[in-house]
Amino acid sequence: MNIGWYLAVSAIIFCIGAGGVLVRRNPLVILLCLELMLNAANLALVAFARMWGNEDGQVFALIVMVVAACEVTVGLGLVVAIYRRQLPIDVDELNELQG
Amino acid sequence: MSAVLFFIAAIGAITGAFGVVMLRNPFYSVLALAFHLVSLAALFLLLRAEFVAAAQVIVYAGAVMVLYVFVVAYVGGGEQLTTRGALRVLGPLFALALAIELCIAMLGAGLKGVNSRGAVYVPGFGAPRSIGQLFLTKFLFPFEIASILLLVAAVGAVVLARRRRGLEPDERTEARIHGPRPAYTGTMAEAAGVRQVVHGEAVKPDVEPVGTLTGDGAGSAGSAGSEHEGGW
Repeated sequence: MNIGWYLAVSAIIFCIGAGGVLVRRNPLVILLCLELMLNAANLALVAFARMWGNEDGQVFALIVMVVAACEVTVGLGLVVAIYRRQLPIDVDELNELQG
Repeated sequence: MSAVLFFIAAIGAITGAFGVVMLRNPFYSVLALAFHLVSLAALFLLLRAEFVAAAQVIVYAGAVMVLYVFVVAYVGGGEQLTTRGALRVLGPLFALALAIELCIAMLGAGLKGVNSRGAVYVPGFGAPRSIGQLFLTKFLFPFEIASILLLVAAVGAVVLARRRRGLEPDERTEARIHGPRPAYTGTMAEAAGVRQVVHGEAVKPDVEPVGTLTGDGAGSAGSAGSEHEGGW
């Protein structure tokens, strides 16, 4: 398969993730959609690594995975903290940036 | 053969991505993401990124998904609503515009490499051996930074999600009861009006508690003043 096909799949997945971030209201699902976007970027990185026959892109994809894992950890911690304070788990309601 | 595998994996990945966005229940969204990740790992394998595919399955579809499932089980499904108002229409429109723009950019770029099957495959490309060598030689600094980032994220998550003392209402009232209070509060001296309790400040009792206990009573302790009459 040509590399362009992989890039097309990556672009489609990225756009689905971006639309999901805009449409959904549950922070958990928004985090999942962020994962989708990061994974689309990963797919593009790996595809370009294959195109050049160079493994640097794969290393970068692994670093992106690490960053995604960190983001998930902190994001889920925030969701748990929101739940503990008995606030609504809804990004439209949580619009006041005050403790 | 590789074309068939590519289309199966690509359709699986896109279906999983749609499932994440469309499904109402967050738990099913998490499962759809796990399916999407496994399909993406198959695409990575087709691109000869064996180590990245293995890490994808183990780290993402394994560890991160378990974390998600636990949090969804803890927080609960909740109300699965989409946004109200304009964003509900504008969001998908924006995504569609972005997709069209990306396609135009990709087609218009005219990159020769994009329309090829990639570089010549060398055995060992993307194997753990070569990835590890890159991580420990050329990309040593990003590797160390990544480990520090993981540590910071772990500490941050614990700080964010820990159980805060004082937030629970019953604990707060308990702390008020046991806190410092004005002298003679709740004693017979206060009830008889011998001693006025000053609210807001903790007055030092002029009689030692031991003396009050073993003394001649509240009246004598009150009139005794600071002479420690009712002592040992």
